Amino acid sequence: MSTLTELHVGETLKEIQLEPVSRLDLIMYAGASGDFNPIHTIDEEAKKAGLPGIIAHGMWTMGNLAKLFTSYYEEGFIQDYSIRFKGMVFLNDIITLKAALKEKQENQLRFNVLAVNQQGKEVLKGEVLYHQY
Amino acid sequence: MFKEQIGKQSNKVKNVVERGAVKKFAVAISDAHPIYVDEETGRLSRYRANIAPPTFPRIFDYGEIEGLNLPNKGLIHGEQTFHYERPLVIGEEINCYTKVKNYFEKKGNFGEMGFLLIESYGEDLSGKLIFSSTSTIVISEAVRKVLAR
Repeated sequence: MSTLTELHVGETLKEIQLEPVSRLDLIMYAGASGDFNPIHTIDEEAKKAGLPGIIAHGMWTMGNLAKLFTSYYEEGFIQDYSIRFKGMVFLNDIITLKAALKEKQENQLRFNVLAVNQQGKEVLKGEVLYHQY
Repeated sequence: MFKEQIGKQSNKVKNVVERGAVKKFAVAISDAHPIYVDEETGRLSRYRANIAPPTFPRIFDYGEIEGLNLPNKGLIHGEQTFHYERPLVIGEEINCYTKVKNYFEKKGNFGEMGFLLIESYGEDLSGKLIFSSTSTIVISEAVRKVLAR
């Protein structure tokens, strides 16, 4: 898919499968975002919070998901991006990012976007409204 | 405890969309695309500059809302939205502030859950909106009890 204009309703963007989630990924995101909640980086703190282990920042996954659209920057931009955090992402999880065109209205493209783990469970779900120039 | 905060907002804080911060952020979400990090690509693009990833506003300083004390532990991020009038451009200065939009409680699996809706804004220096975002923070009954002490 070279441009979003060529996409028809029901069609999908090329999926992206992320590398297994590593502790370093989450340490880097903590540093880059300023979100130092220790349940994302320190095992004992995650356990104290009742979790089986550290979990990814929801915003890390949401940030990753947006990259499905990055290469189309000359065509338009993400006008609205809304996400519900549905499930936790743990270390070594393999996350796949997906987007499907749901609706096309003039220069507005509405996508369903989704991140699923290796069991096919939805961890993030939402919508992107893409504004074309 | 949160209900009386509805409508309160922070003072505006000036932020800069810093090149180094954008690069670090783009790398952290493994999206170090040239439009975010390569000057030449930015210059040749329709923006004539590099832009920032859509979730980048996470890093800005939005100021403090007086009387709103959120713990850094025990909160659940339930939902998040971003709205853009246009992409953020590297190097630009923006004014950011944040507001308590709503608070309500609802019966859930873990007792009475509290839902706090925080709306944040970024404007150009003339006061024109560039982006807004909403975070829905879920606060369990157990965490609220600790806060009330």
